[in-house]
Amino acid sequence: MIERVLVWTLAGVLAAVGTGLGYTVLSLPPVDPGLSEQVAAQLPASGVENPVTAVLLNFRGYDTLLEIAVMSLAVMGIWSLAVMPRRRVGAPGPVLAFLVQVLVPFMILLGAYLLWAGSHEAGGAFQAGAVFAAAMVLVLLAGAPLPSALSHWPLRLLLMLGLMTFAGVGVVMMPLEGRFLEYPPTLAKHLILLVEAAAAVSIGMILASALRGGRPPPEQGS
Amino acid sequence: MPSAATLTVAVVLLPLLGAAACFLAPRFARSVANVVAVGIVVDVIALTVLLSGGDALRYRIGGWGVPLGIDLHLDGLSLFMLLTTALTGSAVSLYGVRYFVPDRDNAAGFWPLWLSLWAAMNALFLSGDVFNLYVTLELMGLSAVVLVALAGGAEALSGAMRYLLMTMAASLTYLLGVALLYHQAGTLDIELLGARLESTPPTWIALCLLAVPAMVKSALFPLHFWLPPAHSSAPAPVSAVLSALVVKATVYLLVRLWLDIMPPGREPLGTTLALFGSAAIIWGSWQALRQTELKLLVAYSTVAQVGYLFLPFAIRDPQLSALAWRGAMYFLLCHALAKAAMFLAVGNLSRLGGSGRITELRLVAYQLPVTLLAFGVAGVTIVGLPPSGGFLAKWMLLEASLGGGYWWLATIILAGGLLSAAYTFKVVGLAFIEDGDRPRTRTGTRPAEWVVLLLALAPLALGFAAVPVLAVLDIGAPLSDVTAAGAGGAP
Amino acid sequence: MNTAFVFSLAGVALFLTGFHGLIVRAHLLRKIMSLNVMGSGVFLVMGALARRSVDAAPDPVPHALVITGIVVAVASTALAIVLMLRVHAATGRAELPAPDRG
Repeated sequence: MIERVLVWTLAGVLAAVGTGLGYTVLSLPPVDPGLSEQVAAQLPASGVENPVTAVLLNFRGYDTLLEIAVMSLAVMGIWSLAVMPRRRVGAPGPVLAFLVQVLVPFMILLGAYLLWAGSHEAGGAFQAGAVFAAAMVLVLLAGAPLPSALSHWPLRLLLMLGLMTFAGVGVVMMPLEGRFLEYPPTLAKHLILLVEAAAAVSIGMILASALRGGRPPPEQGS
Repeated sequence: MPSAATLTVAVVLLPLLGAAACFLAPRFARSVANVVAVGIVVDVIALTVLLSGGDALRYRIGGWGVPLGIDLHLDGLSLFMLLTTALTGSAVSLYGVRYFVPDRDNAAGFWPLWLSLWAAMNALFLSGDVFNLYVTLELMGLSAVVLVALAGGAEALSGAMRYLLMTMAASLTYLLGVALLYHQAGTLDIELLGARLESTPPTWIALCLLAVPAMVKSALFPLHFWLPPAHSSAPAPVSAVLSALVVKATVYLLVRLWLDIMPPGREPLGTTLALFGSAAIIWGSWQALRQTELKLLVAYSTVAQVGYLFLPFAIRDPQLSALAWRGAMYFLLCHALAKAAMFLAVGNLSRLGGSGRITELRLVAYQLPVTLLAFGVAGVTIVGLPPSGGFLAKWMLLEASLGGGYWWLATIILAGGLLSAAYTFKVVGLAFIEDGDRPRTRTGTRPAEWVVLLLALAPLALGFAAVPVLAVLDIGAPLSDVTAAGAGGAP
Repeated sequence: MNTAFVFSLAGVALFLTGFHGLIVRAHLLRKIMSLNVMGSGVFLVMGALARRSVDAAPDPVPHALVITGIVVAVASTALAIVLMLRVHAATGRAELPAPDRG
């Protein structure tokens, strides 16, 4: 009985909060005082043509660096919390086997295209990373084991590659231009592509590792 | 000597890249982490020297500048928090070398997570952008959750899960507030927001969406429900860091919002915060007194002590308010060192095979005299006895409260001191009871004791060295402009 | 009132629905999903309001913020699920024990 009272009280409180929030939303100025003009003005100096990529990888690159740190932390955390559970690897059914053969190469190609397209259209590291991860998930679901060479430090290196590349590029540019993450306009396009490529690889690996659900089981000398 | 600007960026990059390095080379993780810790301490001290007596430092990342880019803002308040974190964090790292012995399962997992947490806190203290603060809050919260879960066992895992749900919900609420503020004012930069925001109901609703999550993450009464289970079941070094540093980071966030963003008309909010803080002091101390488990007692003590940090919100007069804030910040520093020492001391005692119950303390305590001494010395700071820095901090708070006629604040401060004396002496006294029981035999490696004692003695040293330390708070004069930001008050 | 405001009000509604679910539902997986619903609500508010003036191009900064937010939410969800699995393994139930009073 008391639970029902609490639930309805909560609903009431939330309705009141919702009214307040709705009022706040509706009182916003109808014309957006946002930053689109500043972004458009500085877009040529950013090295890319897509304004969202410019904001994400150049103007507010520091946020993106920390966000990649959050993803890296996620894999560090998952590896601390659990060991990869043993999976019974049976033969995949005919549908899955066929789809893996057809889709996975296409998905890798699509991811690479999204990565490259991010400079002038919608796309970029995160989108590409998600597609790479999906390809790896398909392979994992079909039961293919990871090559054992990938279980130790090469895997760890790939997982940390995005974070280290992004921070590294930012640091290397400091003696040249003066500030952390400051890219010279001529090099900006290439630096951004480099950072995005490393990030896409790492993000794909991190998401696929998340599906595995834990760190690789300890083997001899691991 | 690198420039102050480079040192500022390094204070975030060192632990961030250090975490990646620890993850890449788990065998060397302990050494890498402690080298990084020393590096951070040196970096922060160098920054203090370079900036002392001068203006705040503003660093335009990427060279863009606000409102397009993100600025780092380093003034006395941020530097003070960086110092607190550096001193406490390096001591905990040193302690961790003995605590997380490599042959234990996944002990190496501690180091990358801890350095990520440190990087997040440093980034939070430097950030001048409300969305950037969201990302640092998430990085901090997620690392803290996993660190709690490292202890394993149903209690720690449930405590970590509750902590995770709380922190994610709070962060999302904060993000909603950020979204509304951006669409109102067209900027994410703290200084620009302070200049543009006006005291209208929609603005206040959005600001509450920022303030309430910070209150929950600081475990301010009555939103403290998640803290005792999480802090009491985590491994000892993790509990130390959580109680000493992580809850203070969100208090810093609230203070920053209060000083730099909130427009005039914020007095009711301030009084409310001070009321909650007072309730926290009384309720937390009372609960601490009732506990039979040592770790829970220390955890509730944190709930109580955090309340002191909220008392200055009620003080209106600019001079008294500045004094109260100095007292609160000094209290923050001394409490961080003392509380960390307390949790590490408790860690030593439980490592010896103690059950964790206070009444059984005497069976193991006599084998660790240095640890017991450290606990007592830390207690001196928590209670606020001279010559500790805790006494000095409470004195400043009392002076400000009485000067402004806030009798209720002064009463709470004194009552809190009495209650904390009660629960501190409860622990220390029980450890000295003579008994005919057979002493327990020691198990495991000898825990690190001298680090804990040094940590506990530090606030006593701070009691003598208050003037230069408090001078750090004057860099860039963050506390003098305590009239509301939108009024454009000059220091 | 143009469509941007309709979408953002829907976002507010999603946020509150998710919050309600987080508190009321006992099963951990439902709580995690409620958090995701909350997140979607916030992202909808942030993104929809970026296109308030219909003629001008939308503001790219909120779009970048939403992308960052989504990635952070994915990372948190992954951690939450692994933690939930460990809680289940340790306690046998995928629910949190009732908190002690105080």
